[in-house]
Formats: sequence, structure tokens, C-alpha cells
Amino acid sequence: MSTQPKITVATAWLDGCSGCHMSFLDLDERLIELVEHVEIVYSPLVDTKELPARVDVGILEGSISSEDDLEKARLFRERCTRLVSLGDCAVTGNVPAMRNHFKLADVFDRAYRENVTLQPQIPTRRVPALLTPVKPVHGEVKVDVFVPGCPPSADAIWYVLSELIAGRMPDPNAVTRFGA
Amino acid sequence: MSRTITIEPVTRIEGHARITLQLGEDGRLEDARFHLTQFRGFEKFCEGRPYREMPALTARTCGICPVSHIIASNKACDHLLAVDIPPTGEKLRRVMNLAQIVQSHALSFFHLSSPDLLLGWDSDPATRNIFGVMRQNPELARDGIRLRQIGQTIIETLGGKKIHPTWVVPGGVSEPLSVEKRESMLRLLPEGLEIAKRTYAFYKTLVPKFKDEATHFGTQPTLFLSLVTPQGHLEHYDGVLRVKDAQGRILEDQVPPEEYGRLIGEAVEDFSYMKFPYYKPQGYPQGIYRVGPLARLNNVQACGTPYADVALAEFHMLQDSGPIVSSFHYHYARLVEIIYGLEMIERLLKDPAILDTRVRARARSNRYEGIGVAEAPRGTLMHHYRIDDDGLITWLNLVIATGHNNLAMNQSIREVAEAYVDGNAIEEGMLNRVEAVIRCYDPCLSCASHAFGQMPLAIELRDAAGRVVDRLTR
Repeated sequence: MSTQPKITVATAWLDGCSGCHMSFLDLDERLIELVEHVEIVYSPLVDTKELPARVDVGILEGSISSEDDLEKARLFRERCTRLVSLGDCAVTGNVPAMRNHFKLADVFDRAYRENVTLQPQIPTRRVPALLTPVKPVHGEVKVDVFVPGCPPSADAIWYVLSELIAGRMPDPNAVTRFGA
Repeated sequence: MSRTITIEPVTRIEGHARITLQLGEDGRLEDARFHLTQFRGFEKFCEGRPYREMPALTARTCGICPVSHIIASNKACDHLLAVDIPPTGEKLRRVMNLAQIVQSHALSFFHLSSPDLLLGWDSDPATRNIFGVMRQNPELARDGIRLRQIGQTIIETLGGKKIHPTWVVPGGVSEPLSVEKRESMLRLLPEGLEIAKRTYAFYKTLVPKFKDEATHFGTQPTLFLSLVTPQGHLEHYDGVLRVKDAQGRILEDQVPPEEYGRLIGEAVEDFSYMKFPYYKPQGYPQGIYRVGPLARLNNVQACGTPYADVALAEFHMLQDSGPIVSSFHYHYARLVEIIYGLEMIERLLKDPAILDTRVRARARSNRYEGIGVAEAPRGTLMHHYRIDDDGLITWLNLVIATGHNNLAMNQSIREVAEAYVDGNAIEEGMLNRVEAVIRCYDPCLSCASHAFGQMPLAIELRDAAGRVVDRLTR
């Protein structure tokens, strides 16, 4: 890792399982080295509630399945110089996109009418509306770096971050693959 | 003037949520709600898939506790095969399951909750995170990182990867354990146990400091539900269901997990994508119960391993009598379970039978319906499948560990908000405490949503006509 001024990084999960963020935490001791070079300015792992106006690197996990996901993806694109699609759900839609084979009403009915014993109803209050179809991140906003994997390994994430910190564009195909 | 305070995103938890606090004219709390804002629909979109895909598919419910889903799913598949799996296959599954509990509990305590406990509820939100802990208390942060790494490394050694491993299959596991792998895992354990005991001893010195929080963080009487061994000891892989009330009376015991539907119903509220399970005999919403580390320890008299049994006895002394009611003590219970997990992994790995090469029973599906129940880090997890003659899934139901705590979490944020939030002078630290009680439960919302949203925290002041007259953000 080089000794340049710290770059700012923001992360968010859209519709995924948080496994990619867990794989980021699997950097283990390297996290201590990472924060020498990087400032995490917004993430589920920190308490800042606002995405800053300018961020060097934005990392998105998960697909775009709800209005909230879409809003967040657009905000990240607007404010992040480089946008990274992390993991198969962000890159292809993956598991959340399996919903696209069914009518949304049927998916809702199974969960909130058939498989319940009381008060069957579809939640609508203070919860985001779901979108059809579920899309990968680049289905809605321009993505600069695609990192496939379910999840991508900590080593793959380390390589991508190291290259971005050094000001280079990483080639993740050398270190990860779909389903890895 | 009535107001709604929205805390969003709820941070340092696993998944997407918002909390809304409804304040009345006098600035006092009228209502508090926890909203899960993600939904994926596993119960529908797995339809038509071959049952053998279910462990790998349902693992993707959650990146924090994929192993729990892999275990529960494979147990449901074992049930479909109608076979008994070889004893060594079961022992090996237990090792992986316990390793997952160790890593997940370490994540909850060190990475997510320790910033509140060490840096303070009212400390600067910009540095109130694991990276802040690294600066302020590097030894503790390093311990946390290492402990989680040990759990993850054991999972990887057995299953080929740390997150969404394979290897556990319907009928057992896909390959036996080699001597080299056994030795490499055994070498990790002394350090893990040392960290776990050191952290436990340190945390005990903190407990008196948090008397106030322990008094207000979810002390409502609830039932406790968990698996226990047939003898009533701590169990995470198999066993029978037990329900105990807040006074310590056992209401249900020795219930076969397949009968979960007799004990548990699920209701829907319009404000959350997370369903609300309740204890059927007491109805809804009176049938409020809790699951997870607090419930598991409240439900047993013994863990069955030496150091954990000492810690369990100390846990039971947190109160003069009866089950421990404060949700704040979920943290304590988690540390006890980490110790237990490491001691039990060592016991299993030192058993000569662990190297037995018979680890898988082979069969095709012999039943149309299968139910698998296991204890995930956050509580009892249920997978229930139906298949057709071709082995394709026709219907499934998932009852998720975090979901069981939904009623209790909603009640707890109400209780904390009543105790700490002064609507006439709102401070960031008050709202962080409301989030912190949720962190006690360590909810895994990726799971609960078999379904996740975010915005800044905003407080809107509305006048009686509902017009926004003031707005405060953090």
C-alpha cells in the first residue's frame, strides 16, 4: 500500500445478504492497515447517517429491488467518483432476482397471507415499495468496477481496494469469478 | 405539538431498518416502532427448485449466519430423505455450527456493540465504531478481529470458504475430516479460549457500570423459547423445544421440533416487512417471547463444558432469582456462549470418532415434507419444505431467528425511548440508546427479510395540522 493522503470510502447494502460486507470484515488484521489509508465515511458499520457530498470510492452490495435501493444507488452514483458493484447480487441480480420469475403479488401473498396465522396483509406503512423487475446495480446507474463472487473473497476485496487506493483501475477478473 | 422522530439508518446492526418514535403534544412518547424495510420472498421464489439446492440457496438469506441456514436446511433435507445421518457426520456439522456461533457473537460484541460499551452512548458518532475502538483500545479490537477470524477459519477449513461454504449435504457432510485439518483447527483453540475468557473477565467489570441501561433495556416479562438437550442442557444443533415464562416456570418441554406449528403462529403488521411470531396458546400480541443467547441460557441449568458452566452460574446470578429478564444481558449471554462454543469444538475434535470416514448417508427423497430446526446465533431457526415426486420444492416456510424477537424488540425500543428520550430537548445520545437496545438483540435483518433502507436520521416537528415546522438531522 502506498502512503498517499487517505481516500474516502462509503459502503451500503441494497438487496443482498450482507455476506459481501462480512467478507470485507474477513480482511481481519488487514482492517487495521486499511484504516491507515482509507476513511470509512459512511457504512452500515459506522454511525454517520448522511452520505457526504463527495466520496472517492462508493461500494454497493446487493441488487436494486425497492425504491430505497434505487434512491441509494442514485445517490451513491451522484456523490462517488468511483462506484464499485460488489458481489454477484450487485453484478447480476443473483438470488434476489429469482423473484423475477414470479408475479410480485404471488410473492407477497405467500409470505404475508398464506404463511401466517393472523392479520394477513401486505405491509405498506413506512416500508419502501418493491420494484419489478429486480435489477443489478448497473441496470439503473453507471458502474466503474465490477467485482463478482458470492461473496468475493477478502483477498479479492483487498486487491480491488489496494488498486483504487493507488489510483489504478483494478481488474477483478484476475482474482475472482461468479459464485466464487 | 406532536412529532415523529425517525432514526434511519439504524447502524451497526445487520440489515436495513428504521425506527420511528411518535411524540405527543407534551413531548412524551406515544408510540415506538421498529420497521424492517427489506423483503426478498424466499418462501415463493424457491418454488420449483430441486430440494438439494436449498442449502446453498437459503444460505444466501444471510451472509452473517449462512451456516445456520445450511444446517437447518440440510436437516429438513435429511428429513425428506428419511435417513439417520452417520454420527460422525453429525459431529462434524456441530463443529461448523459452533464455529459460526463463535464468529457471529464476536462480530456482534466487538464490531457492532463494543463502540457503545467502550466509547460511550454519547460519544462522537463520527468515531463511534470499530475503527474508533481500534484507535482507543487496539488490544480489544485486535482480540475481536482474531476471535472472529478463528471461527471463520474453522468454517473455511471444513467447508472450503468462510461465507456460504459447501460440504454440509443432505445425509451428512460430503467428505471426512483429515488428520491435518483436525490438527490445524485444534491449534487455533487455545488462543481463542484465552481471548474469550479475557473478554468475559473484562466485561464482568463493566456490568456494574451499566446498571441503568440494564434496568431500562427491555425488561418486559416475556417467555423464552429455545432448543435444549433431552436432559435440559445447552443445545445448538438438535434437541427438543422448551418454553419457559418470566417466572421460570416451564410451559412446554420435550416438544419435537417438527411440532413448531403447534407452539408458534405468525402475524403481520402493516409497518414492517418482518412478521411477528407469537406463542399460540397465549395469542397475539400477549404471546410475546424471546429467543437467542439470553433465552438459551435462561432455559438451561448446564452448558456441559467446564468454563462455560462457571460462567453460566455467574450469568444466573445477574438477578436474585428467576430468568434474566433484561435484554441488555444478551451481551453477557453471548460471551458465555463463545466460551462454550470453543470448549465444545475442542471436545468434538479430540473425539477419536471425528476422523471416521463414514460421514454421509445416501438416499433419494422418501417423504413429501421435511422440517429442520437448529439454533442460529440469534435464536431458533426453522426450515419447512414440501416437495413433489420429482424432488422439486412445491412450498416452503421459514421461521427466522431474529423474527421471533420482533414483538420484544418493538416493546424494548418503546421502553428505552420512554426512559431516555425527552421530546423537548432531543440529543443524539438518547437516540443512540434506542438503537443500542436493538443491538442487544443483534438482529439479523437480512435473515428476517428473507427480506433490508436508509436515510439520515431526521426529526421533524409538525404542528397540529401536520405541517413540518422544524427539522433536525444528525
